[in-house]
Amino acid sequence: MIEFHLDSRSGVATYLQIVQQVKESLRLGTIDVGDQLPTVREVVADLAINPNTVAKAYRELEREGLVVARQGRGTFVASTLAPASLSHYDELREQLERWLAAADAVGLDEESIKALISSTLRERLARRVA
Amino acid sequence: MTGPLVARGLGKRFRREWALRDCTLSIPAGGIVGLAGPNAAGKSTLLALATGLLAPTEGSIEVLGRDPLRRPELLADVGFVAQGAPLYRSFSVADTIEFARRTNPRWDDEIGAELLTRIDSRTKVGALSAGDRARVALALVLGKRPQLLLLDEPFAGLDPLAGREFLQLLMDGVAETSSTVVIASHVIADIERVCDHIVLLSGGQVRLEGNVEELLDSHRILMGPRRPLGTIRGVRQIVRERHSGRQLTLLVTADGAIVDPSWTVEHVGLEELLLAYMAPERLRTPQAPEKVPLRWHG
Repeated sequence: MIEFHLDSRSGVATYLQIVQQVKESLRLGTIDVGDQLPTVREVVADLAINPNTVAKAYRELEREGLVVARQGRGTFVASTLAPASLSHYDELREQLERWLAAADAVGLDEESIKALISSTLRERLARRVA
Repeated sequence: MTGPLVARGLGKRFRREWALRDCTLSIPAGGIVGLAGPNAAGKSTLLALATGLLAPTEGSIEVLGRDPLRRPELLADVGFVAQGAPLYRSFSVADTIEFARRTNPRWDDEIGAELLTRIDSRTKVGALSAGDRARVALALVLGKRPQLLLLDEPFAGLDPLAGREFLQLLMDGVAETSSTVVIASHVIADIERVCDHIVLLSGGQVRLEGNVEELLDSHRILMGPRRPLGTIRGVRQIVRERHSGRQLTLLVTADGAIVDPSWTVEHVGLEELLLAYMAPERLRTPQAPEKVPLRWHG
C-alpha cells in the first residue's frame, strides 16, 4: 500500500502533495487498478494532518477519474497513468545531456544552469502571454 | 454571518487596556482554524469570550448560533482546553474520566478509552508527564463529541515528539467527531501542518483572516534588482517591501500570474506570510549602513 510523506518546506499545498504522490505511484506502476488507498483516518493518524485535506486530495483524484470511493469500504485505484509520451523521454533526455555538457564546457555550475533554465522558461511564458 | 463562532465588533477591555478590539470574524464549520499571533495578541481573551468566561466590553460573540453568556448550556457542545491543560491534580485518571462521564449529557467512552490505553488509570493527574496530561485533557474534550473544540496553546510544554503525537491523536479524533477546531498558538510551525483557516491576531486586532490555501495562493514573493517601483503586471497590492543593498524583495497580493521576467517569483510559506502581517513595522530590513548613518535618538 502507498505510504504518503510530506515536505512542509516545499510550498506545495498538502492536498496537492498527496495527489502528486498518488499520481507518481500510478506513473511508476507501484500501485495499480483495484489497489486500495489508505483510509482518511489512517493517513491522518500517520501524518498528523487535517482530515479535510486528505478528503480533498481523494476528491480531486476521484474527479480526475483516477480513483473511486466505495461507500464504507474505502478508496480504490480506478485507472492508471501510463505516460503516453514516455517514448519521447529518452530522446529529450539525450538532447538535454548534450546541452548540459555544453554548459559544463563553458563553466556554468549547477546553480547557474538552474537559473538560466528558469529565467528562460519565464521569458517564454511572458512571450506567450503577451 | 453564520458559523460555529461568529464575532461582530467584539472588544474586551481590562481597566484601560484593550485586550481585543474591533474583532469581526466568522470561522467555517468543519474547519481546523489556527488562531495565531504573538503573546498578548488577544488569543486567550477571544477563547474566554467564546466560552462565556469573560463578558464582552463591546460587540457580540455567537458560539454555535447562541450567546455563550446567556445560554451556558451550549457549552455541552463545546470542548475547551485552557492553556496548560488544567485538571484536578489530586484526581486519578479514572476519577477524572468518571467526572466527565457524569457531568456531560453525551459521553462517548470509546474515544477516551482509545486515547488512554497506555496510561495507568490509577495514576494521579498531578503525577502525569506533560504529554500524558495533554492526552487526558484531549480524551475529556473529545469524549464530549463537541461540535466546537477550542484549544489554547496545546503544544506549550510538550517536546516535539509529544507535540506530534498530540496532533496525530487530535486529528484522528477530529476525523471521528467532525468537530470544528480552533487551535491558538504563537508557534506557527506547530499549527501550519493542520490548519485550513487562519485568524491572525496582533495587538488585540485581527490582522489577517482567511482560508490558508487561498491566502498562500494569492500572495507571492518577488525578488529582483532594486529599482523605482511602477506597476507590476499581475500584482494587486504590495504588502511589504524590503530592500538590502541592490536587492528588492516584495511580498505582494497577486492578481493572476506574474510573468514579468525581471522578477523571480516565489510562493510564500504560511509562517513568513503571517510574520509579515503580524508586525510589518517591526520587520523592516535594516538599511544599507552608508545610506542611513547610525544616529542617537536619545
